[in-house]
Amino acid sequence: MNDMSRLEKAVDTRQTKIAAKNVQVYYGDAHAIKDVSVEIEDNTVTAFIGPSGCGKSTFLRCLNRMNDTIDICRVEGDILLDGEDIYDKRVDPVQLRAKVGMVFQKPNPFPKSIYDNVAYGPRIHGLARNKAELDEIVENSLRRGAIWDEVKDRLDAPGTSLSGGQQQRLCIARAVATEPEVLLMDEPCSALDPIATAQVEELIDDLRKRYSVVIVTHSMQQAARVSQKTAFFHLGNLVEFGETGQIFTNPKDPRTESYITGRIG
Amino acid sequence: MPTYWLVLSLLVLAAVGYVLGRNRALQTAGGDTRALHSLPNYYGLNVALTSLVPALGVLIVWMLVQPVFVDSRVSTLIPDSAVPEDATLDLVMSDVRRVADGLDEAVEQGALTPSEARQLDAEATDIRARLGEVGVALGSDVRPEVLRAAQRYRQLTSVGKTAMSIVVAVLALGGLAWSYSQTHKDFRARNVVEKGVLALLVVAASLAILTTIGIVFSMFFETINFFGLHSWKDFFFGSTWAPNFRGDSELSILPLLWGTLYISFVALLVSVPIGLFAAIYLSEYANGATRSFAKPLLEILAGIPTIVYGLFALLTVGPMLADVFAKGGLLGVEWMTGATSVVTAGVVMGIMLIPFVSSLSDDIINAVPQSMRDGSLGLGATQSETVRQVVLPAALPGIVGAILLAASRAIGETMIVVMGAGAIAKFSLNPLESMTTITTRIVSQLTGDTDFASPETLVAFALGLTLFVLTLGLNVLALYIVRKYREQYE
Repeated sequence: MNDMSRLEKAVDTRQTKIAAKNVQVYYGDAHAIKDVSVEIEDNTVTAFIGPSGCGKSTFLRCLNRMNDTIDICRVEGDILLDGEDIYDKRVDPVQLRAKVGMVFQKPNPFPKSIYDNVAYGPRIHGLARNKAELDEIVENSLRRGAIWDEVKDRLDAPGTSLSGGQQQRLCIARAVATEPEVLLMDEPCSALDPIATAQVEELIDDLRKRYSVVIVTHSMQQAARVSQKTAFFHLGNLVEFGETGQIFTNPKDPRTESYITGRIG
Repeated sequence: MPTYWLVLSLLVLAAVGYVLGRNRALQTAGGDTRALHSLPNYYGLNVALTSLVPALGVLIVWMLVQPVFVDSRVSTLIPDSAVPEDATLDLVMSDVRRVADGLDEAVEQGALTPSEARQLDAEATDIRARLGEVGVALGSDVRPEVLRAAQRYRQLTSVGKTAMSIVVAVLALGGLAWSYSQTHKDFRARNVVEKGVLALLVVAASLAILTTIGIVFSMFFETINFFGLHSWKDFFFGSTWAPNFRGDSELSILPLLWGTLYISFVALLVSVPIGLFAAIYLSEYANGATRSFAKPLLEILAGIPTIVYGLFALLTVGPMLADVFAKGGLLGVEWMTGATSVVTAGVVMGIMLIPFVSSLSDDIINAVPQSMRDGSLGLGATQSETVRQVVLPAALPGIVGAILLAASRAIGETMIVVMGAGAIAKFSLNPLESMTTITTRIVSQLTGDTDFASPETLVAFALGLTLFVLTLGLNVLALYIVRKYREQYE
């Protein structure tokens, strides 16, 4: 009983991690994201759902400025991480991406050993002073990625030799190794089979203790299973944002209801 | 009947067959093309191809085989005693052919009647003079054995030609008749033509391969001749390249190989970094607009003929280097004696290879999945960190393959080294000295007055074959590496 009340309290004191205000995104002349405002809380899994091409991935990529790598993409509006504008000129996008890690749709381990895959981020950011520290970071990251037991005996094997689900967990471990504060996941389970999906979902729930997690997903069941907050995007608009339970049981907007009951999308 | 008339009538026959076949198919369908199994053209093509292809094939084979057959029959007529001491049977046979052709020519021009030509007597008539009148020059007087052989040659050839015409005509007409009788609205002409197309493609592919094999074999036999005349130990393990015509040449490949490899090395030293960095810039950093004009511009370099590069080496790069390193130059040293040197040829060849390396590397770098770059950038790596630590290692096997391909081009390059490297075969580490390469020596051994029975000429084939083996080995290695790399993202 005591534990429960403490948990309640922890939930109540969640802080806003990322605040987006009136974000507009253009690809050339196409207006991809229209006036989206959303607040993403710390220690929470926030799910972005919506039909294909609704802008959820585009919006996700704004949160760590991955859209900068696309020439024709233009972002307007404010996105604040801990109260600081990430599109401010003084912000180094490279540093930002270390703080806001990203996991992609298709597992993309580098053609290096498992160890080097995880050590990649810590090495480029100089997080370890010596080999022993690096070993420790790698081990901890692999444990947090829930893959340590499967790979601890073959850290020298190439990352590409793992199965799809293991590769995705390796990629999560790799993202975790740079000590990010936010983890962005772009359909992390779409290339995985149901068993690997279940493992990754379990892992996501676990990651919530340390990070703020934002996940884009096509599976409404997945959003319902793993997230506490859900945002529904449609045609570049944020239609509805709220507690996951409320969105799925009692949506306010008729479009949300149509989507979750399978009538659009 | 001359052969071209035969070919022409075959073509006319095929055209007639096309029209006949097409019409017959339409007729059986009552003029309704929808009732046909295939489009009308296919029926026509089927008849045309069936009459043309086998006949033409037999014609070609016959024309290749007949001279060999006739030669072997006629050469038995020439006794060993008729072969002069300083000549071979081959030379006598070429005399025989010349006389036979000359007689044919004379008959055609009306200088001799056919029966006169058959009954010529070497003792009574001055055949050399008679043939001279119709424009056929003979090297010596015609001896009776040679005339007899020539007459036999003419006889066999004319019989062969007649037989060939008959066989080909029968085949063509038979093919036409057979396929015409087959033509019916339900006949699957389309499928037959499809098979014909396949056969055509297979023939084209095998021709390309057979030609390569033929080239290798011709080099191979000449090389064997060479090693019959010259010690293979000297060729592979000697230390001096000094051909002369006194018969005691030293023909070792090693100094030439050294020059070749040294120049190629310098060329790669120039082309690999520049080409690779250009490729990285173009594929990773440049925006679409820059890329769209820089890439074609770079590839123009690849379109410049190598002789132009050679001129550039001879007239610009060589003198420029000489201004710096030769006597009285800027540095006040005397490391260079003329404009030609390893560096001159190497640098210019390197410039030639830049587009080669860059466009191959560009393709390979572009083949690295975007997800690799996203993964690295998403971890907070900068662009150059991403290139250095993720993109290049992933592309490395392919890039090594590209470099090996460039190396094999450098080794086989001729024009630039002829003009830029000089002609002195020697072992030296000084890159400012003249050296020579395998390809330049092949050129110089085969140009001018050559005697194909001397080792000094035949060595060119041994050099060529060695070069071929060398570049083939490099290409195979390169392809192996590139292929291995391709499997990596499966």
